[in-house]
Order: sequence, then C-alpha cells, then structure tokens
Amino acid sequence: MKIAVNHLARIEGHANLVIDSARGQVRELRLEIVEAPRFFEPMLKGCHYSEVAPIAARICGICSNSHTLVSLEASERALGIEVSEQTRQLRRLLAFGEILQSHLVQLYFMALPDYYGVASILPLVHSERALVHHALELKRLANDILRVIGGRPVHPVTPVVGGFTRLPDAAELMDLRRRLVLVLPDLEATVEIFAGLDYPDFEREVTALSLLGDGDYPVFGDTLVTSGGRGAAVADFRDLVEEYQVPWSTAKFARMDGRDYMVGPLARLRNNHDRLSAMARQVAEALDVGPATANPYRILPARLVEVVHGVERSIHLIDDLLLAGLQEEELPAPDRFGAAVAVIEAPRGLLFHAYDYGDDGRIRAADCIIPTAQNLASIEADLRLRVPQVLDLGREDLTRQCEQLIRAYDPCISCSTHLLRVDFD
Amino acid sequence: MKPRVGFFDFASCEGCQLTVLNLENELLDLVELMDIIEFREISSETGGELDIAFVEGSICRPEDVRRLRAIRRRSRLLIALGACADTAGINALVSDRPEAELVREVYGDDPELMPAAGHPRPLSAFVQVDGRVPGCPIDGQEFLAILQALLIGRQPELPGFAVCAECKLAELPCTFERGIVCLGPITRAGCSAHCVAEGDRCRGCRGMVDEPRSGPYYRILEEHGLDLDAIREQLRTFNLAGEVKK
Repeated sequence: MKIAVNHLARIEGHANLVIDSARGQVRELRLEIVEAPRFFEPMLKGCHYSEVAPIAARICGICSNSHTLVSLEASERALGIEVSEQTRQLRRLLAFGEILQSHLVQLYFMALPDYYGVASILPLVHSERALVHHALELKRLANDILRVIGGRPVHPVTPVVGGFTRLPDAAELMDLRRRLVLVLPDLEATVEIFAGLDYPDFEREVTALSLLGDGDYPVFGDTLVTSGGRGAAVADFRDLVEEYQVPWSTAKFARMDGRDYMVGPLARLRNNHDRLSAMARQVAEALDVGPATANPYRILPARLVEVVHGVERSIHLIDDLLLAGLQEEELPAPDRFGAAVAVIEAPRGLLFHAYDYGDDGRIRAADCIIPTAQNLASIEADLRLRVPQVLDLGREDLTRQCEQLIRAYDPCISCSTHLLRVDFD
Repeated sequence: MKPRVGFFDFASCEGCQLTVLNLENELLDLVELMDIIEFREISSETGGELDIAFVEGSICRPEDVRRLRAIRRRSRLLIALGACADTAGINALVSDRPEAELVREVYGDDPELMPAAGHPRPLSAFVQVDGRVPGCPIDGQEFLAILQALLIGRQPELPGFAVCAECKLAELPCTFERGIVCLGPITRAGCSAHCVAEGDRCRGCRGMVDEPRSGPYYRILEEHGLDLDAIREQLRTFNLAGEVKK
C-alpha cells in the first residue's frame, strides 16, 4: 500500500507524507518538507540592530512575537543592554498572549476537526455553536493581549531593542484583566471538550528538552533541562544539539546525543510540571497529562494545560504591572557590539537565535534553531512505530491517524524552512 | 449561490491568512456570505472552480509556478494577499545575491542535499492578478473592504495617496522630528499610519505609492540631515524587488 498526502492540511506550511508498506512492513516513510526556502539568515547579515527583530518576525506569522522577543534578547545581550523589570514583565505578558493565540488556533482550528470527523471548524459554526463561541471568545482575548502590548497580533510593532515604543494604558490592562476572568467559563468548557476526546492509544519514550523554569513555568531562561535530568546552559545549546540534512527536506532535522528528541508543550510540561499555576495543575490532572506522559497524541491536552497556565499567569502579571504603575522609560543605548545567544519557549518549543555584531552595529553572522526542526525526527520516529500498529485499519483511517499525530506536534513548516544555519565567520 | 472562495499560500509566513482568521468579530458573517472551499491552514477540504482565490506568498521555484498557474486556471478572480504576493516583500531581501551562493551558504555543497531555489517573485510575474491587498501583514479591515467590493462585483480601489497624509489626519507627531527616516511620504496609504501611531516609523511594507514625489522627499531628508543612503537602506527591507528592477 502506498500513501502519499501532498500538502498536508491544517498545519502551518507545506509538507507531504509518504508511506510505502508491503506485507505488514513499512518499507518507506518520509515527512517531506516542500516549503520553498526563504534564506532568512543571509537576509539578516548586514542588518543594523534596529532592523533585526522586524525582519526576524517575518519568519513566521503564527509565532512572530516569539521571534521578535528572542531576537531582541539576543541583540540586547550582544549589545550589553539591560532592560527594566517593567519591560521584562510586559514581554512575558506578550509571550503569554502569543502562546494563547497560537495554542487556541491549533487546538480549535487545526486539531479538533479530526476528532469531530469534519474537514474544518467551519461546518461546526452551525452544528456546534457553543464550541465555536468558546473558540472565538478565547482567541479574540488572546489577540487583544497582543494588540494592547505589541500593537498588533501578527508582526508586533512596539517591542524594540531596549524596551517598547509605547506602553499600554492602565485602563487597557484593567480591561484585559476583567476579560481574562470573564473567559474562565469558556476555558472550563474547552477543558471539558478536550477531556472528552478519544486520543489514540500509543506510546513512545522520547527525551524531552526544554528550558528549566526559574521558580515559574519557563518562557525565557538561561538553563536547559532534559527529561533525564541533564542540565545545560543556553549558551551551550549549539554543542548539545546537532543539526543534519536529509535529501527530502528543505528544513534541517536536529538530534541530541545522536537521537531524536521532543520540544514543545508536552516537553515543557514533563520537565516543569511542578511549576504550573495552581489551576493549570488541576487541569493537567483532569486531562491526564504529567511528567510520565509518553503519548504524542496527548500533546493536545498538554497544550491546553498551557493555555490555562497562560490565562492565570497573565492575570497575575497584569496585577503586578498595575500595582507597580507603568513608567515611561528612556531606551538604553548599546555599550558594546559582540556576540550572544538567547532562547525562548515559543508556542512550539525551544527557539534559539544567535547573533554576532560588528563594530558598526550590524549583524556579521546569524544562526537560528527552530522548534519544528527539532521535532521533525521525533515525528518521523513516532510514525515509523505507529504505522505498523495500524496498518490493518485501512488506508483512510491509517492516513487520518498519521495526520492526527503530525498535527499534534503543531509543526510550523514556514519556520523550520525559513531559518537555516550560516556558519560563523 | 454563495461565491466560492479559496485561500492559498506560497513562500511566506502565512501571517496574512492568520490576519484573516483573526477577524473574530466578522468571521461568522464571512462564513455566511461565502463558501470557503479551500484554506489549507485550517481545512482539509479541496477542489473545484473558484470565484475568488486569495493567494499569499512569493513564487520561487518551477513547481510553485505550476501550482500558481493551476490555481489561476480555476479561479475567476485571483487576488494577491499581502506584500510577499504583491511585491515579493521581505523575501526579496536576498534578491541582490546570486541564488547558487545562497543555497551553498545555507545548505552546503552536497548536490544531493541542495534544494531548488530561485529568487522570490510576486504573483504578477507569472499570472494575471485581478487585485491586491498590500501590507506586511495585511490590514484586516482593508481586507474586509476589498472583499466587500469583490463580492458586489466592483473593482476594489487602493488609496492613491501616501501614508504621510493619513498620519497628518491622525495628528501624529512627525517621525522625522525624532531624526529617524520614515517611509511615510512615499508609501501607499490604507493602514491608518498604524506603525507611526504605535511609536515606530513607516517601514514601507505596503509598497510605494504610484509616482511618488521624490523631489520634496529628498528635501525633507536634507532638512533632517539625512541622505540618499539612509533612505535606500530603509527601502531595502520591503522594497528591494522594485529597486532591483530599476
């Protein structure tokens, strides 16, 4: 039996799935990444530090805020700029806004149709009115967080090297806070929906790699941790992870200790379960995801746990900001031009940017490692194990289960193709 | 019968399609007004003739050209969605370097591992384009206005004046007064000078207005101690494709 799904739907970007099997054996299995390369690293070469983040944001529409935030942090470290606590808190809130937005789009628009046997959420507008209502209410609020803090949901305007071009009004923050509380019933209903889904039974042990939260569930940080308990500094990321090429992909794959590994919501949750907010921990229990979860289909509930965490933490962050009072700040100037790396936990996992600046304040070399590139090998390994188990289901169900598995990782192909490595000179 | 509409993408970040999905207040009405036949990012449905195809992204490879032509053949109207499709946008930033050099730099020398890659081009380099929604990303409200025009059978119109005019109407302080180059005087309006309102400058993502008045612009630059190189550098980000053509 040969299965070829070209331009897989309900994922970000273009990938094909190719399976060739005979007599119960998988002869060939490939996730072909067919997105056109966009050469972002060459684009960044020669860029002035004030232009770098706006260009880096364009790598990906769905995680443009994460690219912006990690780009700014890498630049600031390279330029010796220290940002204020207020800036750090606003950036964290912006990061939560994007995690909510990206996760909600994936859960409701990309993943859920598989479990309802429909091609998209659109037919559910009539048959599942309440469900669509919850989806749009939550998504609208996530986007409004991005608007209030970053200026717009896709490709933020206000975050710049050293801080923000404009601060939110206290009244806008208070309104967001009020609505974050008002959506809790929608969130509860969402948890019920995802608690009721029939996730396929499948397990594969894989190492999880994430940031280690510093007292809190991680967004930014300096320390990496594996599910095996091994720690590493973010500065050593390049030594920990090895990128490699395969002929069927315009995106590079990545491995750690010669093996595939997982990043993203489930990896973060496995490594930082005890740092989840109180409400998120309860939801994790209700949805049956925790440090020992080895079923990749259950990345969906892990993603939802992070939504709950994001809502709760956003309320607290806004309280802290309002209590301290927002202060207008001068943007600090660079005091040197060097090289630095930064990592953020983007919606899909570890996102790494490294820059080397020349004395003219322009990029000499840029290097980025994308979450999806790190997950591709794990997705393929899952499929290799899963396909023989479900070969007797027949073509249609087999294909659906494979697609569900790929979608659970929420691969972002635009990202993974658009940033590939340039060697440091 | 409701008009049949499809959304497609090529080399891009898919942020313009996402901006359509971010119209939470209007999404339910849109679903009533049109049949969304294809939208790969959120739907596994495909097929058939279309009244309107919205296409995001630039065209880089022969297989992209083939797929674009196939979409064109089955669509009554084809609309470029966003800067990458309209002008090649930010993708064109690499257009001043040879393709082979870029591939080698990123993917190495092994011919088996080298993907086909070409310089990104706008849709109009290969097919007839019946309308365009400019911007990086598009402005959601402008998309709705253009869609409305298309649905009632009118040719959508884009503003023929510059962002600078919208900026003055909004009574925003001039970016040049901060000693920063702003592309507002030569960039097509329609975004309500969003980036200037947010405290940034205009980076020209919507492309140049028809026949920009360069004389007065150079004078503004001189008055603020800026030169041609400063503006050329600014134009690179979103308008390099136009520069190269000249």
